[in-house]
Amino acid sequence: MEHKASVLENLADVRAMIKRHKRNDTLFAAIGLLCLMFGLVTLMLLFWQLIADGYPKFNIDFLTEFPSRRAGRAGLLSAWVGSLLVMVVTFLTAVPVGVAAGLYLEEYAPKNWFTDLIEINVSNLAGVPSIIYGLLALGLFVYMLDFGQSILTAGLTLGLLILPIVIVSTREAIRSIPVSIREAAYGVGATKWQVVYDHVFKYSYGGILTGIIIGMARALGETAPIITIGALTFIAFLPPSPITTEPPFLNFEWLSSGFTVMPIQMFNWLSRPDHAFHVNAAATGALIIIVTLLMNGTAIWLRYKIRKNIKW
Amino acid sequence: MQAPVQLTISPRLAKNIRRNVKERMIELILMLAALVAVATTFAIVGVLLYESLSFFKTVSVVEFFTDTQWTPLFEEAHYGIMPLVSGTLTTSAIALAVAVPIGTIAAIFLSEFASHKTRETIKPILELLVGVPTVVFGYFALFFVTPLLQSIYPELPSFNMLGAGIVMGIMIIPYIASMSEDAMRAVPMSMREGSYAMGATRFQTAIKVVTPAAVSGIVAAYILAISRAVGETMVVAIAAGQQPNLTFNPLESAATITAYIVQVAMGDLPHGSIGYQSIFAAGLVLMAMTLSFNIIGHWVRKKYRESY
Amino acid sequence: MATVTTAIKAEARDLNFFYSNGARALKGISMPLYENKITALIGPSGCGKSTFLRCFNRMHDLYPGNKYQGQIVMHPDNTNVLDAGVDPIEVRMRISMVFQKPNPFPKSIYENVAYGLRVRGENNKRIMDDKVEEALKGAALWSEVKDRLHDLAFNLSGGQQQRLCIARALATDPEIMLFDEPTSALDPIATANIEELMVELRSKLTILVVTHNMQQAARVSDYTAYMYLGELIEYDDTDKIFTNPGRKETEDYITGKFG
Repeated sequence: MEHKASVLENLADVRAMIKRHKRNDTLFAAIGLLCLMFGLVTLMLLFWQLIADGYPKFNIDFLTEFPSRRAGRAGLLSAWVGSLLVMVVTFLTAVPVGVAAGLYLEEYAPKNWFTDLIEINVSNLAGVPSIIYGLLALGLFVYMLDFGQSILTAGLTLGLLILPIVIVSTREAIRSIPVSIREAAYGVGATKWQVVYDHVFKYSYGGILTGIIIGMARALGETAPIITIGALTFIAFLPPSPITTEPPFLNFEWLSSGFTVMPIQMFNWLSRPDHAFHVNAAATGALIIIVTLLMNGTAIWLRYKIRKNIKW
Repeated sequence: MQAPVQLTISPRLAKNIRRNVKERMIELILMLAALVAVATTFAIVGVLLYESLSFFKTVSVVEFFTDTQWTPLFEEAHYGIMPLVSGTLTTSAIALAVAVPIGTIAAIFLSEFASHKTRETIKPILELLVGVPTVVFGYFALFFVTPLLQSIYPELPSFNMLGAGIVMGIMIIPYIASMSEDAMRAVPMSMREGSYAMGATRFQTAIKVVTPAAVSGIVAAYILAISRAVGETMVVAIAAGQQPNLTFNPLESAATITAYIVQVAMGDLPHGSIGYQSIFAAGLVLMAMTLSFNIIGHWVRKKYRESY
Repeated sequence: MATVTTAIKAEARDLNFFYSNGARALKGISMPLYENKITALIGPSGCGKSTFLRCFNRMHDLYPGNKYQGQIVMHPDNTNVLDAGVDPIEVRMRISMVFQKPNPFPKSIYENVAYGLRVRGENNKRIMDDKVEEALKGAALWSEVKDRLHDLAFNLSGGQQQRLCIARALATDPEIMLFDEPTSALDPIATANIEELMVELRSKLTILVVTHNMQQAARVSDYTAYMYLGELIEYDDTDKIFTNPGRKETEDYITGKFG
């Protein structure tokens, strides 16, 4: 900097400096690309390796067999059924509560300390480590409320875990609805709830769905809270079927059933010393990754589509 | 000017009681849903404090923070949280050492150098990678990264903090890159134009104008990443070891707070025993650590949001 | 003051309005709206004309902290619509509104018009079909959209969207219709269509229109009110206001010396 004056006087020097700066530009661009690729390519390679490791188990038997002491015969049946049932409970708790809370905070809540308190709560909850939710569930659901180590407990736990995701995405989706639409509806005599339900909710449906899918994908892959509530890892039975042949055709015994889920089954298999089980773990991991990537991919695609279609 | 007269209200315009009651009911139901979030926080704090209080009836707070051993399940039990804290901090530090430089440089590249098309392609991929379940990363740490490190340094134990930390770092790269890129994108174009107009190059503009302007957003990303690393469970539970070990040497095996909770939960501890209570005390420490990072992170981020 | 030959549909009596920040946006406004007439509100931006208009259907209730003082009496009910005992929803069912920018719902053309009926609990398809057709005809839009009633309203042009919004407001047979600068976002041809429509609608209902365009006020309205800084400066026959204003301020504004 102290040579500034002289540099500017000499055209050749200026050109040399520009050349040097341009070289820095290129150099940094190269380093930047390298860093970006390191992040992306390493992860891609790892996923690829996982799929390759688990490849021998990519067959239908793996999905229709119970876990077994013999690695070759062991399958994922109880785990994927468990995951599915837990997800049903999670969906039924997180979605109505989360969407309702989002609607309340964005459309109804007065601007006061109480609303601020709820908002701070939601953003803090989003940052609470998942294992803490496991401790909450262990203390509250398993023992105090005596739900046991059941599908109900697991579903409620994951429901609370993804609640902030659903609330935040609901609010963001609602925020993109312009005031003019609300005023138009009020202008023809709609009540607040009619405005909120017929317009605000219906037009932000896509954005809300995005958040729900991302939340459900997160719930599907969560391991720590489920381990913490003490889910069993060796389950060689299926919970009672939710649908029966006799009236009333619905059966809620499955809610209190013991269970395992896919990430726990994977954790169990990769903790075994016998390498044969690691193949099972890899196959499970590959399945989890594929399903979660598909879910998140759908959500991101949906969000992209909504952004493109916004007309106001 | 006519003085206002008190008028009667025609029935056609009077309040519709039924409709108003229905509207109030709906509002109440929605508010109850929002209160679930508050209730969850209170329940978390309540459960952690309740069980920890029983724990601290047996163990003094001084011992908890000064004892250098954590062996609650042994015959001769020690209750010093420090070995678990050291494991947590070491793995988190390694993760950040990997993720911060790579993530930041990747973000600068993406925001300032990459073409619009590249950015539009890479950004969703980053968001996609943030959602990969962490148990899968545990597998990578145990079966790829640690064997790779062992081929360089053969004395490395199978369970070690280095491998777990590196994988956690790789896991966090997309998170830091994505959030930092958001912060840099929020810097107004006019600032860049000002810099380019002075004859600055892309690199100079990125380093001297955009990055400083976005610094609080970037720092917020780091802090939230720390909180994520500290609270991360599966990678360390699988790959860093289960043995509490008061060390900051990444080449050793050591349990983190989260790994300890998993280890105890996997076992068959009776409800109400000191071992059972100990995971809540450990959880309370974890909660305090992540909460403070989150609060600082959100505070920093809020500041940068206000600045434009 | 104009000689009263027609009935008064509504009148403001010493109306004051305060925004939540405490700002007093309307200062003691008293003026009548004559039945089946068009009354125009003119004045420089920020003079409170839109604020005044939005008092009539209690639009300010949507934002907390806003405060009315005084009365807006609606006839024949002889009821102050600003009274706490009055349901703003009932008011909006009888006093409808057309906004500055066309704001159709992202629904079909049919559903846009039918929405006002639906919120009243109307479910009879035949009644609804008739009402929608009638409203679209009333808004001079029927011939253009009758073959595509179930297309998205966003696919219409700006002028058509604004006429759709008028149809939406018409469908529920309101007694008063408020227009808040209804042509400010439209091109001259669409503007002419809307103006023509307003004149036609006059036979059915009472109209209050805010406009920043003095020619528009002169073209369409029967009465004109000039507002400045929240006060009503002058209110009279439109002809009188534009040819022989009673106040110097009004004359300055109309001749373009100011504003």
